[in-house]
Amino acid sequence: MTTAPVQEPRNSYLDAPHGIASWLLTKDHKRIAMLYLISITIFFAIGGLFALGIRLELLTPKGDLVPGDTYNKLFTLHGVIMIFFFLIPSIPATLGNFFVPIMVGAKDLAFPRINLLSWYLYVIGGIIALAAVAGGGLDTGWTFYTPYSTQASQTSVTLAAMAAFTAGFSSILTGFNFIVTIHRMRAPGLTWFRLPLFIWAQYATSLVMILGTPVIAITLTLLMAERSLGFPIFDPKIGGDPVLFQHLFWFYSHPAVYIMILPGMGVVSELVASISRKQIFGYAFVAFSSLAIAILGFLVWGHHLFVSSQSIYAGLVFSIITMLVAVPSAVKTFNWAATMYKGAITWESPTYWVIGFMGLFLIGGLTGLFLATLGLDIHLTDTYFVVAHFHYIMVGGAIMAFLGGLHFWWPKMTGRMYPEPLAKASAILVFVGFNLTFFPQFLLGYLGMPRRYHEYPPEFQVLNVASTGGATILGLGYGLCLVYLLWSLKKGQIAPANPWGAKGLEWEKTQSPPTTFNFDEDVIVTEPAYNYAGTKVHHG
Amino acid sequence: MADVHASTAAGTGVVAHDVHAHHPRQQHHFYSMDQQLEASTLGMWVFLVTEIMFFGGLFMAYLLYRYWYPEAWAAGSNHLNVLMGGLNTAVLICSSLTMALAVRSAQVGSRMGQVVNLILTILLGATFLVVKYFEYAEKFKHHLVPGVNFDPALPRPEQLFFSLYFIMTGIHALHMVIGIGIMLVMLVWAARGRFGPSYYGPVEVSGLYWHFVDIVWIFLFPLLYLLGAHLGHGGA
Amino acid sequence: MDNAHAPHVVTPIRTYITIFVMLLIFTGVTYWVALHDFGALNTPIALGVAIFKASLVVIYFMGVRYNTPLTKVVVVSGFFWLLIMFVLTMGDYVSRSWLGVPGR
Repeated sequence: MTTAPVQEPRNSYLDAPHGIASWLLTKDHKRIAMLYLISITIFFAIGGLFALGIRLELLTPKGDLVPGDTYNKLFTLHGVIMIFFFLIPSIPATLGNFFVPIMVGAKDLAFPRINLLSWYLYVIGGIIALAAVAGGGLDTGWTFYTPYSTQASQTSVTLAAMAAFTAGFSSILTGFNFIVTIHRMRAPGLTWFRLPLFIWAQYATSLVMILGTPVIAITLTLLMAERSLGFPIFDPKIGGDPVLFQHLFWFYSHPAVYIMILPGMGVVSELVASISRKQIFGYAFVAFSSLAIAILGFLVWGHHLFVSSQSIYAGLVFSIITMLVAVPSAVKTFNWAATMYKGAITWESPTYWVIGFMGLFLIGGLTGLFLATLGLDIHLTDTYFVVAHFHYIMVGGAIMAFLGGLHFWWPKMTGRMYPEPLAKASAILVFVGFNLTFFPQFLLGYLGMPRRYHEYPPEFQVLNVASTGGATILGLGYGLCLVYLLWSLKKGQIAPANPWGAKGLEWEKTQSPPTTFNFDEDVIVTEPAYNYAGTKVHHG
Repeated sequence: MADVHASTAAGTGVVAHDVHAHHPRQQHHFYSMDQQLEASTLGMWVFLVTEIMFFGGLFMAYLLYRYWYPEAWAAGSNHLNVLMGGLNTAVLICSSLTMALAVRSAQVGSRMGQVVNLILTILLGATFLVVKYFEYAEKFKHHLVPGVNFDPALPRPEQLFFSLYFIMTGIHALHMVIGIGIMLVMLVWAARGRFGPSYYGPVEVSGLYWHFVDIVWIFLFPLLYLLGAHLGHGGA
Repeated sequence: MDNAHAPHVVTPIRTYITIFVMLLIFTGVTYWVALHDFGALNTPIALGVAIFKASLVVIYFMGVRYNTPLTKVVVVSGFFWLLIMFVLTMGDYVSRSWLGVPGR
């Protein structure tokens, strides 16, 4: 980093044009990314409040804080909001929207107005979700299983389903925009194998969004038709099959978890290359592994149906393929480690987030294998083991990657640096808090504590109290992050164009923050990604 | 805006490429009209893939229940009016022809061709919806609407057939309504001379959407209407 | 593939009319077949005809014949993905009876 004072660039996308209307009617992918960032942060906070409710209830073995029915609403809404309104959009709609065009050397996404539409759909979906919360909540579990959701639940099921449907449509539009942009708007010289791995990851994610999300849309439509219009589809009394709902639901919802993790893996590739000052080891393997995860991810949904009366032969097939889908993730992890080996590691805060990611994702991924094993799953299904497994991946993995990426690219997006010591503190708080929250849950699940119960046998209390304690520390870590990032917008040191000395079009060819059309001159690419060995990189 | 290129109104040929430095309809983030058209076409196909998966979920439910309840499925199908369904199939096939001709008219710069064919497409689409209305009215009259007045004397799985019938054809009809709306916009623009050999993307991608809705019906017709035809009967 | 370029071919009206007539004819065929009992073949024939008609629309009316290879891959993938859903889901239901389990 240079020591000379840096002048704040004029005419960045943040300055011109001015006024609320110019933001609400913008076609600029960077502004849309920031609009999304604000919205998803709000929903993250709301989802976090529901989590707080859960953890507070679970401090004591008896269900004494809230009635059981209310507890059902707490965990359901926590799940619905975190999944549909935070995790699924998170990296794609913020970092993806901001950097996909820049990384391919384009002035914007292929369809800027549709991009704006996708944000409005997200907001409308969010408002409908809040209406559902206000109108009685939802107590079906985020999985909406029938026949409870279609016939028995007295809560705002239809509204909640509409909210998820709308958010899903928003995500489809994002995915479709990325696919066309990456195929048709790459700058001259930018062949597929010169693309940053973040782009490969976003591309794979977009494939999943396109092929999977419509299925949850139709599934929720069928649910709403049965519940609100009285059209029997899954009703066993008429001959319908509740397990069909599960097949249709999980056909999307399993690939959905890859929507949540693949972008994070793309972020990690970018950060690891920059942190290590090295080309990513096995670039092509990492690129193809994203595609492999996206494709294989569509073939494993039955592992959510092992105990549902699904045939044992189907279970066998799904179990084997589930184990296979772990392989490309392992390939990535090995390649990141190999990249960092003998790299010139710099210990700035993104490094902390990345290392946190790698450890936590590893544990989360490995525990997935336990659950993929048919016999073990009978014991572990619907216990806290499952809860711990998916939180390790989605929070320990996806959210740490998101925060790592947010920190790494913060100077580029906002033109400001955040206070480095606080950033490191926040990463450590999140890591410690996270492990304290969720590691005990592996033990609890193995010992037999079921999920979605508001009370438990007294012998489980110690682990539950530890978990709640951890959740508090985790919350503090996130809160600290929010505070100093907001603070930096006004008071942070002005950032140079390339504070990390990283390779990449966003670092080398745009200012911090970029101008509205990104580049001052047309981009022509002549070198591979992460070409640290090739050229001297200028800091600042 | 008149298009000044020479064009053939009929017959085959390759359209001359527009060599204007910056076509007024070219959006700022594209570097050529070709790139814009290819992006739009690819984009519409990617969107249609989502529609395939959307309708696909319905076909999945259909597939399972037909496997489980073949007699109820045949009996349910027998209650459907094959004549009306067949007529609608023909109507949609005609509308696909007129739609293709409308796009072709834009490609060769015939404003009249676009307007006439778009009007025909819209009228045919509206005809489809009118026939559908009469069909649905018949179902109401015969107590075949689940959740509303379904005849309790009929075997229960038949109610599943009718649920899927209404949902599948209903969502299809909704797509038709949206399609007609899109075509009305295209009609207004075409009438104003907006499209020509150098710019016809919107008509083409709207056409893709329209053809897709036709394809869904091509599958719905035999799967819903023709199951029980060989059992005799075939009209409600 | 970045600069893959589909020539802007204008399909002759004759071709469109031919396809149109074929679609109508095959609609008649599928109706005729349905009136007769071919046993287990009724469904494959109906599906086969529908797939053939849909292919005509995709290839000619939608112009995929003249599109880039990428577009063709996109079209095929969509239908293929549906196949994945059908095959793996029905795989469950069909194989449930293979293993004798009390109560099933």
